[in-house]
This record gives sequence, structure tokens and C-alpha cells, in this order.
Amino acid sequence: MARIDLNDDGAVVIIGSGAGGGTLANELCQKGIKTVLLEAGKRHTIDEFVNDEWASFSQLAWLDMRTTSGSWRVSKDFENLPAWIVKSVGGSTVHWAGASLRLQEHEFKARTTYGEIDGANLLDWPLTLQDLEPYYARAENKMGVTRTNGIPGLPGNNNFKVMYAGATRLGYKEVHTGRMAINSRPRDGRPACMQLGFCFQGCKSGAKWSTLYTEIPKAEATGHLDMRPQSHVIRIEHDQAGKASAVVYVDQNGNRQRQKARAVAVAGNSIETPRLLLLSESQQFPDGLANASGQVGRNYMRHMTGSVYATFDKPVNAYRGTTMAGIISDESGNNPDRGFVGGYEMETLFLGVPFMAAFLDPGAWGAEFAADMDAYDHMAGMWLVGEDMPRESNRITLHDSAKDQYGLPVPNVHFDDHPNDIAMRSHAYKQGAAVYDAAGALKTIETPPYPSTHNLGTCRMSAKASDGVCNGFGQSHDIANLFISDGSQFTTGGAENPTLTIVALAIRQAEYIAQQMQERAI
Amino acid sequence: MRRSTEGLNRRQFLQSSTTAAGAVAFGLPIIMAPDKSWALELSGTLDQHTADSLLVMARQLYPHRTLNDMYYGRVVEALDRAAKADRDLAQLLTEGVRKLDTAKHVRFMDLSPGYQVEVLESLQEEPFFDKVRSTQVVALYNDDLVWRHFGYEGPSFRYGGYINRGFDDLSWLPNPPPEASPPKDGKA
Repeated sequence: MARIDLNDDGAVVIIGSGAGGGTLANELCQKGIKTVLLEAGKRHTIDEFVNDEWASFSQLAWLDMRTTSGSWRVSKDFENLPAWIVKSVGGSTVHWAGASLRLQEHEFKARTTYGEIDGANLLDWPLTLQDLEPYYARAENKMGVTRTNGIPGLPGNNNFKVMYAGATRLGYKEVHTGRMAINSRPRDGRPACMQLGFCFQGCKSGAKWSTLYTEIPKAEATGHLDMRPQSHVIRIEHDQAGKASAVVYVDQNGNRQRQKARAVAVAGNSIETPRLLLLSESQQFPDGLANASGQVGRNYMRHMTGSVYATFDKPVNAYRGTTMAGIISDESGNNPDRGFVGGYEMETLFLGVPFMAAFLDPGAWGAEFAADMDAYDHMAGMWLVGEDMPRESNRITLHDSAKDQYGLPVPNVHFDDHPNDIAMRSHAYKQGAAVYDAAGALKTIETPPYPSTHNLGTCRMSAKASDGVCNGFGQSHDIANLFISDGSQFTTGGAENPTLTIVALAIRQAEYIAQQMQERAI
Repeated sequence: MRRSTEGLNRRQFLQSSTTAAGAVAFGLPIIMAPDKSWALELSGTLDQHTADSLLVMARQLYPHRTLNDMYYGRVVEALDRAAKADRDLAQLLTEGVRKLDTAKHVRFMDLSPGYQVEVLESLQEEPFFDKVRSTQVVALYNDDLVWRHFGYEGPSFRYGGYINRGFDDLSWLPNPPPEASPPKDGKA
């Protein structure tokens, strides 16, 4: 591991160590580029992970104050928890479920494919599936995605058995245990999945890919990485020429530090990334960094999500085993005859008793809810994840009065479903229920979206500088040595879980940054 | 006697009626099983009537026939503990129970279950109701003894995971073919 001096202005400084930042750090270090990786959270080891939902939540979740507004139900039930993401080295790759799907070709051309949609701020990505394919292949190999690179699929658990039976009886064809960045056999120094049932709480076997114990130690082994946990960035500074020049952060002792930088890459997830750009306003950039377009913080997407749970007269014990190793992809295409544009995936998902009680129907009480909980071990469940519409009014802003532990304005997350989101969710609820009815369900339950795990779009890529924040390499339109390296870059959301795309973009961005540095363009 | 019950946590409760009687003698509110087989001693922040009423409320909020009062008693214990550290909360709970008692002009505890539910429905927008419900939904269901009633086995790492402990033991539906669900030995 390298020690990079605070006054060394030759390093790339990355903010956030999750799928985007952690991968970018390793890719840069492998090319011999000095890198400082700043992470707000602590560095945990696998041994410290707790297979207990609330205890793990306290250990890993990003719990800094946030506020919400808008008509989404999360704002009513979890007003200070818009997103369930992680504050820890490894970021949300500690918590993610492992589903690793490529976006589809048409999803990169959402505006062209779906046309003009009222109330939606649709745009085509400034890159195509063909541009990204080689990087998807490298990401799949790096992460050890099942059903790629000759890696077998995971064995299906009880929850998948119910999904499979219902789905195939209903006529669905694309049903299997998914493309998962979870080892089905030992690979890359990590063991095979033990079917622990706690993918969201940090994988205690290490079978699931996380930057915490893959990319980051590999980057450290190059001797080019200076990894600094508990380093919460509060401001990005620029020089008189308008180039990013330093990053100010609060270290683990509560002291402010200033790290000089040759380039800065922001990967704080789609709430903190735009917040940091907005917090970094200056005389030269009064609306925040990289915000000439006014699009920083806007077009916040969280995927159309929802869940269907079903009870049966025989036991399922769906909590056992890999949480999300089960998928139905038949509804993922764009078929406007269904009454909406875009598509959705149906994926197995199940919760332990503590979180089932909290999330099955937030706020519910009484005999009916208790009876549903009584059927816990006779229950199966799936998550619905589809493309939601970007809207300018769905956005991250700085709160007028509420301050965080550093005295800085907290982010407010405003969200209203687009009618297309509701039409899609409605269709997905009906199809999810039909799957379980076909498997013999006694009852099906429509569960509303959980606090967001897929936060996207708030610093989006665009071909024209006036439409977005960064170009197709995540380089900000306004400041050449300032990059966006997380899901904030997404121009649109697609139907697929975003991590594989974030990793593929980071690999591609690392090549671009290296080339720009070599050409002395940055 | 006081010394021996100080520092009780939610996992510990007084096992013998003799001990419970001792706590009563000392004057602190307690929650006791009808057959006196167990009791939970409270801090004294909430009075006996408030605690008893909250126990009945907790049962009506999440009524599980398979769970005896002991588990609901732990919810009251959690509220009592929080109230001890927060005077406003103590007042909220005490006044909330007063509202439960006055809604039908009959003490909440003496109402039939149907009336109790009616009273709770009439108060469900109140901060008092929300505080009790939101505390309970965590405290009641985050108890590993309660998990057993729901058939939830919880953490599995120390046992080697569920891979050899029933992750795929469902037998009332046909097994998926290997192309959809490969064998667990990683050889597909």
C-alpha cells in the first residue's frame, strides 16, 4: 500500500469505494497510476459481518441524516431513509445481492426507442451496447458471473423452486438461477457459496464479489493505492483555471484534511455524488461543480420496484440460501402493448423475520398482518425491478435548514412515480401474483418498494453538454479532470440491476483516464 | 432483592413467582404471567396501569396466538426503557393510555377485543400509536425466541450455511431441470 502525500498533486483521487470507485481504483493501479481512495465508512473484515438483519443494518447502512419529499410511499413510511445503501469500504457491493445483468441494446437508446413521453426527460446514452460489450465481458470475468466464462449457475433454493414451477406453468421460458457474481465453485481465491441466506448483510463466506475483498486488496498489492477509510469528503476544490485541484475531507479523528489531486473521480452513489458537487459551489461555479446544464441532482431514478409475496399450504422456508439466485426475464423487453414502455425482471428475494415484519406492508398492524407473518415459513417471494422514467423534478437537493454532523446541508430526495412506472408496477404485481397462483398460492401480497437500493441518474451522461453532466466516459462536460464513476452516470435506468454496468463503465473509464493522462489532456 | 434484579436485560426475566413477588413487594411495576411463572420488572418510569394497558395494546397490534404474553411483555419493557431515557416519551405513553381509556368511557383493558381494535383504529394517526407500533414491530420480531415460532432459523454460518441444511428441500413441487438449477457441487 502506498502513502501519498497530501500535497502530492500527481494522484487520481477517488471518492467512494463501491462498485464504481473500488473498481476504478484497481484498474488505475494496475496501470501504474497513483491513486488515493477516500471512503466515508470503516473498513470491516468478513469476520465482522453479522448475520442478523437489524444488527447488520446498524453496522453497515448509510445512516447520515437525509430527508424525503414527494408522493412515493417511502417518504411516508421511512421519511429519513430514502435509500438502503452502505457506508463501509466496499460500499454497496458489501450489501448487494449479486445479480449481474447486461443492459439491452434498446435500453441505451431509450429516447429513440420509447419516443417522446410526457413528463419524462428521456435521452439516448452517448454510447451503445457495442461500445460497452468488451467491458461487460471483462467485468463478468473479473466478478466471476455465473453462466458466463464457463461458470455454472448456482443451485436453486426453495424460493426458486416455487418461482420456477409457477413461471413455467404460466408459460414463461427464460427462468433460471440467474447470472450472479457469487461463486458456484471456488474461483479467484474465494470459496463457493454456502447458501447462507444473508447476502444483504455482507457475505461471510466471501463467495459474493465485493470490492472490499477483491478490487481493493488487489489494488493495494500494486503499491499504487493509498486507501483511506473513515474519510468523509465534504468539498471538491478547483484552481483558477477551473480544474479540480484538491479534495477536502474529515478524517477518522475529526480533523479536516486537504488532498491535492491531478484528477478527481466521484463515486459516492447517486445521492451523495450530486450532493457533493452541489456542496462544492464557488464563485466561479455558483450552482455547484459540473452543473452548467442545471442537471446535477436531477433525473433521479430508483427503478420501478415492488415485491410479491405468496403463502402456500405447505412449507417453503424461502429464507434459506442465496437471496437473489432466481430470475424470470420474459417481461424484460420493450413491448408497449402491455400499456407501458420498457420492461422488468422478476427475481427471487426473501427477508428474515425482522425485516419481513418491517417491510412486508410498512405501517400495517392487526389480525390480517399477523396472520401473514404466521405463514412466514410457508411463504415465497420475488422482487420486481424495471426501468423507471427519468424526470427532471425527481431530484437530490440541499436541504434549506437540516444539517449533518459536519454542519453541511443534508440531501433531500424528492420522488414521484411517473404514470409509466405505475402502469409497469401494476402489470408486474399481476404477473408476479399469477406466477404464484400457478404454483398453488393461497394468497398473494403486493409489497410496496423498499427504500431505494438502485440509485441512478443524478449526474447523467449526455452527448450534448446542455442535456447532462458528463460525457460517455463519465468525464464532466465542464471540468475535464472531474469524473463521475458510479450509477449517477446512467442516462436511463434499463430494467437490469445496475452493478455490472457500473463495473463495466469503471473499467472503460480507467482506460480513458490513463489515456488522457498520457496525452497530458488532464 | 433489588440488587439481584438490577441490570436485567430483555433476554432475562424472573423465573420464579417468589422472585416476582419480591419485586412487587419492592413496589416497582412488573409484567407477570397469569400463572406467575415469569415476570418482567420495569424501571418505574411507567406506572403499573400504563404498562398493563400497553401490554394489551401490543397484543392487539400484532396478535399471534402462538406467542404468549412474555414476548409482548418485552415490547413493554422496550418502551419502558426508552421512556426512562426520554421524559417526553414517558408523557406521550402515559397520556396515550389515558386516551385509550377515555375513547369509549370504559377502561381499555376492560373492553372486549373487538372494541379494543376499534379504539386503536380511531387513534392510529396519533404519534402515541405510531411510537408504540414502530417500537413493537422491531422489538417483537427481532427476538430469536420469537423467530422459532415463525419457523425462521436465522444465522447459519456457524453450521456451514444452509447448503447441507435444507436450502432446497422443498419436495411438493417438481424439481427444476439442471439447466435452470444446476447441482450444488458446482459441476454443471
